[in-house]
Amino acid sequence: MSDVYLLLPQICLLSSALIILLYNTLFPKSTRLIILTGIATIGSICSVIVSIFFQTSGDVLSSGPVYLFNSQLIIDGSSLLFIILISSITAIVSIASYDHLVNSQNQASYYSLLLLAATGMSFMASANSLVIAFIAMETASLPSYALVTYLKKNEGSVEAGIKYFLIGALSSAIFIYGSSLVYGATGHLEFGEISHSIANMSSVSGLLLLGLLMIIGGLAFKTASVPFHFWAPDVYEGAVSPISAFISSASKAAGFILAFRILIEAFPLDLLISLGIDWSILIQIIAIATMTLGNFAAVLQKSVKRMLAYSSIGHAGYVLIGLASLTGNQDVLIIGASMMHLIVYGFMNTGAFLFVALAEHWGVGSTFDDYRGLATKAPMASVAMTIFMFSLAGLPVGGGFLTKYVLFMAAVGAGFWWLAAIGAINSALSLYFYSRVVKSLWVDQPLKSLKLSSSKPFGLYIAIFIAASITILSLPFFAPIADYAMSAASILLS
Amino acid sequence: MEWVAIVLIELTILSAFIGGLFVFSLSNKNSHKISFYLSLIPLLLGLTMWSSFDGYGNALIEGGKIAFETNIPWVTLGPYALNWHVGVDGISLPLVLLTVILTPLAIMSAWTPIKERQSQFYGLLLIIEAALIGVFIAFDFFVWFIFWEAVLIPMYFLISIWGGSRRKYAAIKFFIYTNVASLLMFIGFMALAFGLGDSINSLDLISMSHALHSNQLGSLGPLDPDTLKYVVFIALFIGFGVKVPIVPFHTWLPDAHVEAPTPASVILAGVLLKMGTYGLLRFNFTLLADIAQKLASLIAVVAVVSIIYGALLALAQKDLKRIVAYSSISSMGYVLLGLAAFTVYGVGGATFQMISHGLLSGLLFMTVGVIYNSTHTRMTDDLSGIADKMPVTAAIFIAGAFGYMGLPLMSGFAAELFIFIGAFGSDFPFAKLITSISMFGIVIVAGYLLLTIQNVFFGKFEIKGKNNLDLPKLHDIFPLVILLLIIISLGIAPSIIFEMIQQAVQPLVSLLEGVL
Repeated sequence: MSDVYLLLPQICLLSSALIILLYNTLFPKSTRLIILTGIATIGSICSVIVSIFFQTSGDVLSSGPVYLFNSQLIIDGSSLLFIILISSITAIVSIASYDHLVNSQNQASYYSLLLLAATGMSFMASANSLVIAFIAMETASLPSYALVTYLKKNEGSVEAGIKYFLIGALSSAIFIYGSSLVYGATGHLEFGEISHSIANMSSVSGLLLLGLLMIIGGLAFKTASVPFHFWAPDVYEGAVSPISAFISSASKAAGFILAFRILIEAFPLDLLISLGIDWSILIQIIAIATMTLGNFAAVLQKSVKRMLAYSSIGHAGYVLIGLASLTGNQDVLIIGASMMHLIVYGFMNTGAFLFVALAEHWGVGSTFDDYRGLATKAPMASVAMTIFMFSLAGLPVGGGFLTKYVLFMAAVGAGFWWLAAIGAINSALSLYFYSRVVKSLWVDQPLKSLKLSSSKPFGLYIAIFIAASITILSLPFFAPIADYAMSAASILLS
Repeated sequence: MEWVAIVLIELTILSAFIGGLFVFSLSNKNSHKISFYLSLIPLLLGLTMWSSFDGYGNALIEGGKIAFETNIPWVTLGPYALNWHVGVDGISLPLVLLTVILTPLAIMSAWTPIKERQSQFYGLLLIIEAALIGVFIAFDFFVWFIFWEAVLIPMYFLISIWGGSRRKYAAIKFFIYTNVASLLMFIGFMALAFGLGDSINSLDLISMSHALHSNQLGSLGPLDPDTLKYVVFIALFIGFGVKVPIVPFHTWLPDAHVEAPTPASVILAGVLLKMGTYGLLRFNFTLLADIAQKLASLIAVVAVVSIIYGALLALAQKDLKRIVAYSSISSMGYVLLGLAAFTVYGVGGATFQMISHGLLSGLLFMTVGVIYNSTHTRMTDDLSGIADKMPVTAAIFIAGAFGYMGLPLMSGFAAELFIFIGAFGSDFPFAKLITSISMFGIVIVAGYLLLTIQNVFFGKFEIKGKNNLDLPKLHDIFPLVILLLIIISLGIAPSIIFEMIQQAVQPLVSLLEGVL
């Protein structure tokens, strides 16, 4: 048990959530929001720093992955990589939330819920058994439901929260039921043990197959993939924008690392194919449906926030190309490419939602038309939004360019050139709606009534600046992202 | 000064890029002059590159030496290393020079017409210059592809903010059309890279070229090496063909050209179109040279269709800018014909035509811009006999038009002559017949240009609508004169750059003679 210190990243997040609650109990009348923001930010940054230290210092993971608590939890390159990602997004969202919370209530519960959700997500990244996966998913989901309904008096927000909760509860039930079926078929919950017992099978029982299907369904909810995607647009639109950023980036990343781990480690494709089951075909269908639906629906939107919600579904589709192409011979490259895309996507997507938050803060509204000529009033923020949009579209202003093309490249290399081609068509289509935002900002004439509120939302400025810097710098300094993602992928696949 | 030679290329790109960023921060009032001065830095560095060029041969063929080479590791992606590998050879240096020469002139030609958001306009021109240079100097596929796609962003803004009335439509059409082409090209290229399997460990164009030329290509999935080559060749051909543009992938071009502000048209026709032919030359006609030769007749027919159809389209236009735009399609057809010929004169002439057309189309677009600034119309029907009132402009336009038609002692003559000699001497089936047909293109070009000159410049003076026929300012005429001087010097002494081009083309052509 001497390795428990490896949970320090999660402990950082959890303890700062508790400190915030404690602070609120001791000083219930304190109006110093900056202290709460500070604790939340420092807590998540601590988690990032500790994870980076574990990742880079040679001796921590020198002898391969570390298993904790009877192999219920795993600490390896990929879990640390995703904890870094989740915690960084949490830090950015914490900073950005400051301006939103200044004049509202329940500040302490907002931050503690945010950190608790982040804790759950980082446990999703280290889960090594179906039951821990379920608990971690619930730890991440329950605070998220509450965060989405944070604007209690806003009908859209409440409706979004209810929808999120109902679909979330249903998909959790599906996931846990699937897990119990898998347990029934294999007698194990731990990923490695499940794959061992599959290796000893001579044929696959219907029980196991049904369990696998249900688990994939539960994961599809977390990653907002078709067919469990339809909560996403309403939730992202109804929630306050920093929370939309948090759920669409961090929660999605956590869902994907869990999906990678469960599907690759518990249900290894080569074993199952020899038994006549090929789940990658199902993932191919989901990937195509998810990216096509996300991008086509995004074209039709009038609201930028809703467009971003659909675009985030589209990006989930790109990431799924990784799992869908596993039958080729480029497994490490393609899973690595999916991870790279999740990392860069996390920052550019967060930044885009935070710009929406900024526009709301200015009182501008959130449709394409509302953004007309905004660059004349706020050039720097518009530059940042342009960077996010073009990077999401896969143009070379940020790392999103490289990750998207590396994904397509790996898909071609794995023999799935048609998946890459469908991705390419979607990517070209996405250029249309992303550039619409840019056109509104820079090209269109401003409305005469365009006026920005005079307050200076410094938290949002800082958060957007950080997200934009990371998005840009991840293009020239892509090497560390690529290296860590590739080594995480190779550990996962070994 | 060894280190200068090593970082010369990086300095050129960075000076344009940082200059562009700096110009953004300037006020609109004085950004025009400062951006012009800043654009002289890449020009000087480019000329330094030219004077101290020490490369020889073709960069992608064994035995070639790249000048000012840098090769440092950047990213490792599983089986492939991506490197910052840049340099110039006899094919890329002339194109770099074209870029650094045209940009200051385009900036100066914008002084009169661009009246709003100047600092952004000039900043974008400098940034597109940086990206364009990058396209011609990169030898690593991913580095090259970054620059290739980066070009789209400034051009999108240049068209959509400062363009004509249908600018938003034209900009998004240009954006999506060329992006789809890039994606197709990317997938095709990756299929080629993975087909090479373990014989390469980077996406370096040079090592890929060596591997391909020593027949290392394996099969990919169900495709055997030969089929794979054909499939990739077609994907790349269409991908680059959109950019060139080759008929029938040309429909974005008239929209983009007509709506773009004149200085952006200069860059668009002058340099952007050459990205397509440069890509064809480096990828289709070098990496996959054997397929290019097998398909030579077919490509030559496509070229002739572009030549004749583009010229006929130009003949039917009433808008001066559209005439120049469509005639670009025709001129790029000659480039394709020269490439298809695959002789030293053919490929060399094609490269020379890229430069020559860049200068000539830049000159014509700028002159049309000067006319428009004074007369506020570009319609040939609205204009008549303006040579009396605008003698200098008229003289320059006529000179440029004659250059376009291929009048001796101008660069257009040398370029087309080389191409015809090359294509006539080539031994692909029906070479002589196809080349003869392509020559009719010249007749049509002469037809529409002479017709335009007659209608617009001569006859009874008449201009419909408001106009302001003061003598154009010095800074309007200066870029035209400079371009004309360069065009004439290249016409008199093509060897200034043709020697360099020939050296780079020779190994390419002899490569195939060895194979076949």
